[in-house]
Amino acid sequence: MVAIADTPRRGTNRVLPGFGLSLGFTLFCLATIVLIPLTALAIRPWSLGVGGVIAAVTAPRVVAALTLSFGGAAIAASINAVMGFVVAWTLVRYRFPGKRVFDALIDLPFALPTAVAGVALSALYSENGWLGGPLSLLGIKVAYTPLGVLVALIFIGLPFVVRTLQPVIAEMGADAEEAAATLGAAPARIFLRVTLPALLPALLTGVGLAWARAVGEYGSVIFIAGNLPMKSEIAPLLIIIKLEQFDYAGAAAIGLVMLVLAFTVILVLNLVQARLTARR
Amino acid sequence: MSLVIDGIHKHFGSFAALDGLSLSAPQGAFLALLGPSGSGKTTLLRILGGLEKPDGGTARFADIDWLSVPVRERRVGFVFQHYALFRHMNVERNIAFGLSVRPRRERPSRDAIRARVDHLLGLVQLGGLGKRYPSQLSGGQRQRVALARALAIEPRMLLLDEPFGALDAKVRKELRGWLRELHHRLGITTIFVTHDQDEAFAMADLVAVMNAGRIEQYGKPEDVRRAPKTPFVRAFLDSADGHRPPRLNFPSPQRGEGLDHVASAAKSL
Amino acid sequence: MTRYARTPTEGGTAPRLLLIGTAIVFIVLFLLLPLLTVFSNALESGVPAALAAIGTPDALAAIRLTLLVAAITVPVNIVFGLAASWAVAKHDFRGKSLLTALIDLPFSVSPVVAGLAFVLIFGLQGWFGPWLRAHDIRIIFALPGILLATLFVSFPFVARELIPLMADQGRDEEEAAISLGASGLATFLRVTLPNIKWGLLYGVLLCNARIMGEFGAVSVVSGHIRGLTDTMPLHVEVLYNDYDFVGAFAVAALLALLAVVTLVFKSLLEWRYGDEIAATHRH
Repeated sequence: MVAIADTPRRGTNRVLPGFGLSLGFTLFCLATIVLIPLTALAIRPWSLGVGGVIAAVTAPRVVAALTLSFGGAAIAASINAVMGFVVAWTLVRYRFPGKRVFDALIDLPFALPTAVAGVALSALYSENGWLGGPLSLLGIKVAYTPLGVLVALIFIGLPFVVRTLQPVIAEMGADAEEAAATLGAAPARIFLRVTLPALLPALLTGVGLAWARAVGEYGSVIFIAGNLPMKSEIAPLLIIIKLEQFDYAGAAAIGLVMLVLAFTVILVLNLVQARLTARR
Repeated sequence: MSLVIDGIHKHFGSFAALDGLSLSAPQGAFLALLGPSGSGKTTLLRILGGLEKPDGGTARFADIDWLSVPVRERRVGFVFQHYALFRHMNVERNIAFGLSVRPRRERPSRDAIRARVDHLLGLVQLGGLGKRYPSQLSGGQRQRVALARALAIEPRMLLLDEPFGALDAKVRKELRGWLRELHHRLGITTIFVTHDQDEAFAMADLVAVMNAGRIEQYGKPEDVRRAPKTPFVRAFLDSADGHRPPRLNFPSPQRGEGLDHVASAAKSL
Repeated sequence: MTRYARTPTEGGTAPRLLLIGTAIVFIVLFLLLPLLTVFSNALESGVPAALAAIGTPDALAAIRLTLLVAAITVPVNIVFGLAASWAVAKHDFRGKSLLTALIDLPFSVSPVVAGLAFVLIFGLQGWFGPWLRAHDIRIIFALPGILLATLFVSFPFVARELIPLMADQGRDEEEAAISLGASGLATFLRVTLPNIKWGLLYGVLLCNARIMGEFGAVSVVSGHIRGLTDTMPLHVEVLYNDYDFVGAFAVAALLALLAVVTLVFKSLLEWRYGDEIAATHRH
């Protein structure tokens, strides 16, 4: 989240011109492109009535899809928390050949179209894929299973964790750690009691962002997912299916639930993070 | 072209930065606004410069209703505390800026602008540095570029916000004398803000000691120093607040000031 | 400030090598291999076949459409980004944090949900559906719909790159320009813009990558009409579902190439102009 505080001192400083114009244009764009469409989304489900909405979102297929999207995102985000931490730490603290290239690669999921990622992962983990082949020899099937969904979600979530942690690790320096060492703490303990707590807010932010992104992810997932209702069907896909069946209200109901749940989790994460940073 | 300020109010939220402030100064005066931080001196300066709008009160300068003139047209030379040089332009283009943005009709020819820039570079003793960029200059040099830039538009009023604040003691002393000299030559009504009383008393014709948005005392430096009128003024003159935090430690005698300065410094220890 | 000296938690050589090894393996497995697979699959039947796949009328139409969408939406995003950052970074007003939260909103919304929202307004059963039909105006299943959906997802990029940058740079230079007699426009063009040019370029780079690669939102609004409303990512899907793998990966390879170019320029900009790009990089 971009954080610009409501500026304290100056009061209405309309000395620099163009405020009205720029703010007006900004609000206009936001209203037409973002707010009005989202309002339409918030209103449409209720054409089914409250009972209808509840029925729509508690239907078994819908619940399964939501569980897969939200739950899969949570698992992927957790894995990214650990691996992302390792990657971020390594990239900041260690030197090794090709580091620059590896560092640049982290942004690949940002730059690569999701559909390309989708077909790439699907090919990679299919039975004759570079990874899918060896894995199937071990009896592990990734493509067209929930495991495939997980892999895709890990892919797109990784940069969020790494890029959020890197600057914080870099800025942290080693002072606190060295102090703890002089006081006699062992490396593992230093890590747990000094390093990790300092990085926790940033880690939470990164994980939150990765999770939010994964929940709504579509393109990277549908090619590798298998898309079997109740098994490997993600919520965004279900929305599209309902649209194709002209069940606008049903699709909107799912969309609304996704929005509300995502916002709630993000809000909670922000609160937790604020608590953590306030305690320092 | 005298300056008359009457009853200026300015609030930021519930904080009253200026509380019914009035003063007047004759044309060509060198006026110092002296006081601790939060006393409103910068706010007053910015109002005079048009960078802030007051909530009440009037100001007249050269018989013009000063506050109703839009910033662009005031022709005020404002020197910012941190210079605010245009970092992507070299020194010449910085100085020429005010001239180059004039509407076509009023804009001098390129040669005229160049001549003026060269003249100003000489005036501020930065001749030959025209092609340098602000990042390649020292603090004192940047300050002088800022001043030259403000002078380029032939301002009616020169406003300086803590002009020497970020500089070390030696450079400060040099620039003090130099600015005083410059004012003498050009005769522009000049107002500068400082919290350093040595600076104020060394340079200004008139000193306004400010506190919490009001003027506690206003007069010639000698008069203010000799006869502080309010407890605040007395305390301010005596206190360490009125002196720059000592970095290069010891006060060196200024023209005619030496013993006063040492005495008041001694009192604060 | 990176420190390469041994800090207490870095332990000895063994843990260090283990960490580096793990990180490298993870990056290779999860990031590098997918990228390489695209190219390998595209070239499976040789270069001519791949080139032929890109040269089909439908593929060319998809490329043209993608470029057209970018050509329209990138400038709109630039204008929006400049306007929003001018308002937010150079002025004070209440509700600033609300505004910036709103600007960030598209990041938390699934692209499919975004597309859905537009269908709810302009689709056949949407708010304006009947009216649009009566006037024979097509928004959904046509270019305007694609533009709107793309704008939704790409909105924040330029703005959130510029806002911290312009806030960081402060107002002093602009105030100085105004006091020297410059108009608002002159100030913006001659003082503000030069100071943000690298940040703007950076934001445009990211924005463009997102725009050209957008799939979910466009998938919902475009109707997948081959030759007409298929962008490149959509075309990849179409070919893939038709089992034309060489074709699909050939087009995908083009997009992957764009991604690589984006990454290269991104790194270059960060390396050379790091401090003139936003103070913090958050995506």
